[in-house]
Amino acid sequence: MSKLLDKIDQEQLKKTAIPDFRVGDTVKVHVRIREGGKERIQVYTGTVIARDGAGAAETFTVRRISYGEGVERVFPIHSPNVDKIEIDRHGRVRRAKLYYLRKRSGKESRIKERRLKKA
Amino acid sequence: MNGLIGKKVGMAQVFDEDGRQIPVTVLQVGPCVVVQKKTMEADGYEAVQLGFGEQKSHRLTKPLTGHFKKNELDAMHVLREVRLGAEDAGVKVGDSFSADLFEGISHVDVIGKTKGRGFQGVMKRHGMGGGRASHGSGTHRRPGSVGQCESPARIFKNKKMPGQLGNTRVTAQNLKIVQVRPEDNCILVHGSVPGPTGGILFVRKSIKKAAKAS
Repeated sequence: MSKLLDKIDQEQLKKTAIPDFRVGDTVKVHVRIREGGKERIQVYTGTVIARDGAGAAETFTVRRISYGEGVERVFPIHSPNVDKIEIDRHGRVRRAKLYYLRKRSGKESRIKERRLKKA
Repeated sequence: MNGLIGKKVGMAQVFDEDGRQIPVTVLQVGPCVVVQKKTMEADGYEAVQLGFGEQKSHRLTKPLTGHFKKNELDAMHVLREVRLGAEDAGVKVGDSFSADLFEGISHVDVIGKTKGRGFQGVMKRHGMGGGRASHGSGTHRRPGSVGQCESPARIFKNKKMPGQLGNTRVTAQNLKIVQVRPEDNCILVHGSVPGPTGGILFVRKSIKKAAKAS
C-alpha cells in the first residue's frame, strides 16, 4: 500500500482503545442509533464468529439467537457508530471463523471458556 | 482552470458523519505547471498546456526538450491542453496548480483509460447470457443468433459482438468529492475511476453538476 493510502487509512482508525477481543468471545456491542434526530445507544450481545479485513476496514461478525432466530450482525470495528465493545466472556476455539455455529443450536453450540492467566 | 492532470493512487474507505463507510478513490492531482499558453492571436483559441509528473530529460525527444527549455521548465511526463475560463485571464507560463483548485467544488468528472482486457467474447464484453452449461447444449459462451433471415439479409450495424474490451477512454461523471487534502496534493472521490492504480487521469470540474447548480 502506498504511503498516502496508509496515512488516509490511519486517520480513519478509532482514537479510543479497542479491547483485545478474539473469535469465540462473547461481547456486548454498544451501537449508536440515530432516530429522528435523537441519538441513543443500543446494546447487542452475542458471540464473535469472525474478524475480517485489516486497517480501517476491519470488521467483526457477532452472532446471537434472538427470539429463537439466529441473527448475525457485521460491525466495522472503527465505525463511529460502534460506541464501545465490552468482553463478557473469553472463549477457547480452534478456528478463525466459527461458521459451523450456524448449523448448531442449543447445547452443541456451546463454546469452552478460556481462562486468562493472571498477570 | 477547469481541471488538472492527475494520477490514481488507489482506493480506500472513509467514515462519513453518519458513520457509514464510503468507498473512495485517492487521486493525486497536480502539481500541474503551465508549459505553454495558446492565444487567440497565435492559435485561434484560448487554452493552456499543462504538464504533470517527472520525466528524465534524456527520455525526451529533441523537439520536446526544446519545448521545455524555452521557458526553463523541468521535463514532464504528460502534457495536456485545458481550455481557459473567464476567470483565468492572468495565468502565465510557469504557474503551478494543485489540489486546492478543487476546494469548494462538490463534483468532478474523471477521464482515464480503462484497463485493457484484450479480445473478449460477448458474455464478458456485453454481459450476454450465453448458452446452457450442461444437458448437452453445446453452446456455452456464444452470442446466439445475430440477425433475421432473407430479409434484411444483413447484420445490423452496432450488433454486439466479440472484440476488444477495455483500453478505451472513459469519463466517469459526477463523482462526489469526499475530501480535498492540499497538504498531500490529493483529493478523495466517491467510488471508482477508470484505469489501473498509477494510471494517468484528467480530473475536471463536473460539467453536468455545474450546469444544474447555476
